[in-house]
Amino acid sequence: MTAVLAFIGRNTLGFLRYVSGLYDLSAKATYWTFVAPFKGRHVKWGNTIHQMVVAGVDSIPIVALISLFIGIVLGLQGAYQLAKFGATYFVTALVGVSMTRELGPLMTAIIIAGRSGSAFAAELGTMRVSEEIDALEAMGLDSVRYLMVPKDLAMLVMMPCLTVISDLSGILGGAAFEMAQLDKTFSMCVWATRDALVMRDITTGLIKSMVFGLIITKIGCYEGFSVKGGAEGVGKATTSSVVISIFLIILADVVFTTIFYFTG
Amino acid sequence: MANDFTGPMIRVEDLVTHYGERLILNHVNLDFPTGETMVILGGSGTGKSTLLRHIMRLEQPSSGRILIKNQDICPMTEERFNQFRRKMGMLFQSAALFNSMTIEENVALPLRELTQLEDSTIRIMTRIKLDLVGLSGFENYMPSQLSGGMKKRAGLARALAMDPEILLFDEPSAGLDPITAAGIDSLILKLKLAFLMTIVVVTHELPSAFMIADRITVMDHGEVLVTGTPEEIRNSQHPRVLQFMNRIPEGEQADQQEYLRSLTQN
Repeated sequence: MTAVLAFIGRNTLGFLRYVSGLYDLSAKATYWTFVAPFKGRHVKWGNTIHQMVVAGVDSIPIVALISLFIGIVLGLQGAYQLAKFGATYFVTALVGVSMTRELGPLMTAIIIAGRSGSAFAAELGTMRVSEEIDALEAMGLDSVRYLMVPKDLAMLVMMPCLTVISDLSGILGGAAFEMAQLDKTFSMCVWATRDALVMRDITTGLIKSMVFGLIITKIGCYEGFSVKGGAEGVGKATTSSVVISIFLIILADVVFTTIFYFTG
Repeated sequence: MANDFTGPMIRVEDLVTHYGERLILNHVNLDFPTGETMVILGGSGTGKSTLLRHIMRLEQPSSGRILIKNQDICPMTEERFNQFRRKMGMLFQSAALFNSMTIEENVALPLRELTQLEDSTIRIMTRIKLDLVGLSGFENYMPSQLSGGMKKRAGLARALAMDPEILLFDEPSAGLDPITAAGIDSLILKLKLAFLMTIVVVTHELPSAFMIADRITVMDHGEVLVTGTPEEIRNSQHPRVLQFMNRIPEGEQADQQEYLRSLTQN
């Protein structure tokens, strides 16, 4: 009995410690992003742009390719069901709406969590193990400001951009399937998409993508900063950064989609 | 940092530290006189590196005070302590160079970030520091292209970048061959004679300790055993100090009964 209670207690404490650590880190990052620049302590724009390239621009091919496939699959699955009602005309609308509202932001976030979130954790974790973060602090330079804020800002800007690319390639994938299989022309697909989509579909998706971006950096950096115990610790942090951020992304997705559902 | 102070540059008062439940530093009291080179000597796991990390405030103690120039650094805000850090340099055990930057960028980083100097001035100052540690000509190398000893020298150049008043060394000769280690030692001696700095060196290398120290402190199990001039340490009759100086391994468990009990106890 005591063992069970001890187990529950230990895990609850561990969870609370994680949450409070994450909260502290987010508070510091918010300070250095939004408050400190007004006190003349500017954001490191050079690093930010570098991160934008590494985490954003370099991810375009993989995001576009995977979204294209998702678009094709959505077209296939949609046509399979809608053909029963002779309503294959609506496949375009189905692909367009599901990509912009849901799958574009979600797939992008999952790809980026695997690609960049893990890289953040590995980079900061290695720096922690090799005492580089201590060296930064010993010089009187704030590690959150130098290492985390550029990543945070880069993700905040690049996630919506990548999501737009993902939306577009998904819709193109759907259109490619429809042109090949349902005898539609490209312009028919374009017009059907235009009819089906409203601005809100796109904006809600983009808002979600920003939230996902913040989750990815927060978790990746927190895991990286809190690495203990050498190379093995870095490996563990990298793994858990991906697992935890994907979990939180889907959780946030549920919350935001619910909000949009009831307010829309 | 105010310069009108009397007493030692660094004073450690009754410092207690735990890692989790484990006691690391047990009521440590130690003075580091201004302008002197103090060597902290002790075996692995005696808490000497932890003490150094506390002076740099990379860890927070469980209790006790650390005074630098008579000011307690533990309750200070980060912002305020960073003013102190500007005049402190630290060479880490692994040199801790930023692997994504060249040697020159590494040394220039504190100058770039903490001063308003012109780029050309920073370049000259960086070259001077690199020359001081014998690394001129290696400005554009990446840390991964350097040997262990050269990395330490580059790390030292970075620690010297802001002309510190306090310089901390964490195991400067760890992982180096005897010749390279001797090179680092003579570099420390050279710095000590050239600049008026308070130097703290943590090491377990006896020859190196006696070569560079003005004062030596021997630590064991998180406690200070003795502090004194190299001569006093050499003549110390403290059993643990004698054991350390004469390189005698840890003895067998004295009490056989005690040993058996320790095995069977949960």
